[in-house]
Order: sequence, then C-alpha cells, then structure tokens
Amino acid sequence: MLKDITLGQFFPGNTLAHRLDPRTKLMVTVLYIVALFCAKSFVSYGVMALWLVTAVQVSKVGYKALVKGLKPVWFIIVFTAVLNLIYIKGTPLVTIWKFTIYREAVETAVFMILRIAMLIMGTFLLTYTTSPIRLTDGLETLLSPLKKLHAPVHELAMMMAIALRFIPTLIEETDKIMSAQKARGADFESGGLLQRAKALIPILVPLFISAFRRADELATAMECRCYSGGEGRTKLHVLRFAAKDYLVLALAAVLTAAVIVLGRMGL
Amino acid sequence: MEPIMRVENLSHVYSAGTPFQKGAVRNVSFDIMRGELLGVIGHTGSGKSTLIQHLNGLLKPSEGHIYLAGKDIWENPKEIRNVRFRVGLVFQYPEYQLFEETVRADVAFGPKNMGLSGEELEQRVRHAMEDVGLDASYLDKSPFELSGGEKRRVAIAGVLAMHPEVLILDEPTAGLDPEGRENLLRCLKSYQQKRKSTVLMVSHSMSEIARFSDRILVMKDARVLMCGTPEEVFSRTEELETAGLNTPKAARIALALRKRGVELPESIFTMEALVNALAAKKGGGGVC
Ligand SMILES: Nc1ncnc2c1ncn2[C@@H]1O[C@H](COP(=O)(O)OP(=O)(O)O)[C@@H](O)[C@H]1O
Ligand SMILES: [Mg+2]
Repeated sequence: MLKDITLGQFFPGNTLAHRLDPRTKLMVTVLYIVALFCAKSFVSYGVMALWLVTAVQVSKVGYKALVKGLKPVWFIIVFTAVLNLIYIKGTPLVTIWKFTIYREAVETAVFMILRIAMLIMGTFLLTYTTSPIRLTDGLETLLSPLKKLHAPVHELAMMMAIALRFIPTLIEETDKIMSAQKARGADFESGGLLQRAKALIPILVPLFISAFRRADELATAMECRCYSGGEGRTKLHVLRFAAKDYLVLALAAVLTAAVIVLGRMGL
Repeated sequence: MEPIMRVENLSHVYSAGTPFQKGAVRNVSFDIMRGELLGVIGHTGSGKSTLIQHLNGLLKPSEGHIYLAGKDIWENPKEIRNVRFRVGLVFQYPEYQLFEETVRADVAFGPKNMGLSGEELEQRVRHAMEDVGLDASYLDKSPFELSGGEKRRVAIAGVLAMHPEVLILDEPTAGLDPEGRENLLRCLKSYQQKRKSTVLMVSHSMSEIARFSDRILVMKDARVLMCGTPEEVFSRTEELETAGLNTPKAARIALALRKRGVELPESIFTMEALVNALAAKKGGGGVC
C-alpha cells in the first residue's frame, strides 16, 4: 500500500530527541552526514554506528520503522555494492567462476552499504522525531541570514511546510481513489508499459482535480486570515536554545572531529 | 431468505507492527440476505468503512473469512477482480472519482473493464442512469459541469452498470441537502425492489436507516453491537442511547411516553406508527 511509504513521516513522542530544538537537530544531522562521508575505516564506522544507535535509542522510534524507510532504496544499495565488488581490484580473495573478488572490493562494498543505509536512517530519524512545522521553522530560522541577500527564505519555508503538510493527505487521497477505481475493475498490475501508463489516467485526473481544489481552498483560507508573506510576521512559538541543545551540539561536534581525526590517522 | 454473503469472525488491524497500529474491526460476524436492504450504522470511526471494504476484497482480513454465495472470496486471490464485479462498492463522496470526458464514458468504465462493449454496454449505461433518476440528456455532458448531487448519481450509476449481485454504498447521502438525500434514498430503494438486488447501505442517520432498511447492523468501537430488524433494534432504544447513538425521533417520543406510564409497544420507530398507536389508544379511551 502507498500508505506504508514512510517518507517524511513524523512519529509523535516526548523523548529528548523530540524535545530538542529543530535547529539543533538540523545541525546535528548535517554534522552526522559530514562525519559519515569522512569515515574511512571500521573504527570510524563503529563510532558512527554508536552515534546512530544512541540517537535511535533516545528517540524510541524503533528499528522496524527505520529499516522500513530503507525499502525504496534497497535496490540502489545492492546495485552499488555489486558494482563495487566487480570493478575494484587489489588483493585477490576468492575466485568464483570468471570473477575474482578482491579484499578491497569487499571492504568498499561493505562501507558503501553502511554509508547509504546510515545516511538514510539518520535523516529519517530527523523527520521521524520532528514535526514538519517545527522542521521548516528551524530551517527558516537557520537560513534567515540569507534574507539580507533578498533570498525568499520565508516563502520557501512556507512552500515546504505546505508541501510536507499535504504529502500524507495526497497519499491518502491517492489510496482512496485507487481503491475506488479498483472497485470498478481498474487493473494497475497487468499489461504492457503503455497499458499500465493508461491505467493511471483514472487515478491522475481525479487526483489533480482534487489537488487544485485543495490549493485553491487553502489560498482563499490564508487570504481570509490576512496572510501576506513573511514581512512583519511574528511567531507563536519562538525557537530558543536550551542547555540540552548546546550539550547535544557539542557532543556531535566532538564526534565529528573524532571521526575526521581518525580518518587523518588512517583509521 | 438465504444469505448471499457471510462475514465470519472478521478482524482488521491497520498498520500492524508500527506505533500507529489500530484494530479497526474486531471479530465481526453477520449475514447479508439475498434481496434485502441492510443498513449499517455507527459512530464515525466505528469501523464501518473498513468493514465494507472487505466485502469486495479491497482489504484483506487480518483474521476471519468472507463468503460470497458460499465461497470464500480469498480462496483464489487471482479471482478477486471478479468478486469486485459481483460486489459493487460505492465509496463515500464517489463524485471525486469521476475522470472521463463524458458521463457516458465514466459510467461505462466499470462494465468496460468487465469486457463488455457495443450495444450491451450502451444498454447498461442507459439503464444505470435511469436507476439513479437521470435522463439520457446527461450522457454527453462532461461530469465536471454537473451539480454535486448529479455527480454523486453519475458515480453511483458507474457501479450499478456493472450489475453487481450485491451493492454496497458508504454514506451515499453524506453532504447532500435534505431533498437530494430523500431522492437518492428513494432511487436506491426502488432499485433494490425493482431489480431484486441486495443492498448494503452505511449511514450515520438513524432515521434514514430506520425508514429504508429491512435489517440493521449497529457497529460500536469496531464490534457489532446489534443486528436485526428495525423492530428488534429499536425496541432496545435505551441501549442505543447509552451507546451514544441517535435513535429516530418517534422511538424517542415513544420511550419518553412509556416512561410516563403510557402503554405503547416497544417496536415503534416511525412517526406514522406512533401516531397510529396513539390514535388507537385514544379511540379505545386510553390515557391520552
Ligand atoms: N487507512 C487507514 N489507516 C490507518 N487507520 C485507519 C485507516 N482507515 C481507517 N482507519 C482507522 O480505523 C478506524 C475505523 O475507521 P473507519 O472504518 O473509517 O470508520 P467509519 O467508517 O465507521 O467512520 C478509525 O479509528 C480510523 O482512524
Ligand atoms: Mg466511514
């Protein structure tokens, strides 16, 4: 079912991970990604895994949901791993039929899998523990210096907030329309490519109509409440860093530095 | 009467194994008799929509079985599309599923998927439009230029044109004005009687259900609370009220009168029956 796509889904909760300032979580995620790309050995990947596991434990999201988030990209992960296995040369390890697998290749493939999987799980953890509203709020505040350069930061944040808000609604709607057309015998699973593309028309037409209707209604509703852009707009919940935010940020910075130093030492 | 469909110990859990896990239907069993109009009623969130999506195989039971004419519909999963033609399901707000350029093409979508074409297809489209009370002048219009009520009828016609053995409607009158509701319900009732078809209708209006159903199924918190004829169900007016369900006005008045010592049968649930019963009492020199 489409519903099972967990992209950008938020699991409400009241853990430390949920209560942190969204700016903290955004910055920690950036640090995490930087560190992940600097990790070059089992030791540094171990540090990264420790980081991820701690974050997951604190957030109480559960590994099942995280692993489910990997589902759409399994193919890409396996594909890159296989390519690495075949093309990287070095010290021979085993020979299967015509292919010789090298030690370096296995290492690179394992690292590649770890890197992509941990990258996705880490960023999903951010969206799992941060509501879309808080996420865009944090992003807008972090990027607000760019307003000086006349970048439409507020408008972009508002667009992102609306898009995130409507993803689940549209998925739900798609599910409903699909079921309704299936009830009239629509068949989305058989036939050639052209036939399958044609089978999408009964879904896409109603979906577009409803998306436009919603957009129209939302725009009217916002205008009725005198929305006129970011100029002079104040916030209901002003973001404030607390002690725990500084602590977590410091910890993330130390971990990132450690991974980079480990990389320099060839570990 | 014999059952055309049988639901046995049906349970459905949404998002099993996630923090959002939710048992929407719990151990539900009931029969749908051939040729009856079965009304299903219950609060929002009591599992009505979930339940009916099992009847044509859109949802797969987490537990339990559904039989259509004695055969488990999931016995051969490849045949499920056939079940969908035999059990027609009209979703809530079906007008949002219209997509074709003309009403004719939209109504023909279902029967076309069944492999029909030519004269037979055209006949079915015309008959279905008649059944929902729209004349042939609508056939060449675009569905998007119709009024809300007309769109709803066209969408229902799209399912009727498949000639389902069992017709299921999820809150067909939701969002219509009182006149539109009345008209649509009359159409559906006459369709059921004329075509000797079996109809299951979900509603949250007790008075609609009371007037048009042959039997009533009451859902509460994912379970079946009661199932029986309107007389049987409304004789338990007090129980329905404690369950937080509206009862027909006439049943409530009768209950209040009974509490004040007026002797009235427990099976009264239409104004007509109430007036008759009171008139009979008066004629006989009763309390009134
Ligand atoms: N697709 C779904 N995913 C998860 N939960 C759902 C879904 N559809 C319905 N539910 C939940 O199941 C329960 C029953 O819903 P539903 O069958 O729509 O009730 P009704 O039609 O009686 O209002 C509700 O609590 C609802 O939130
Ligand atoms: Mg419903």
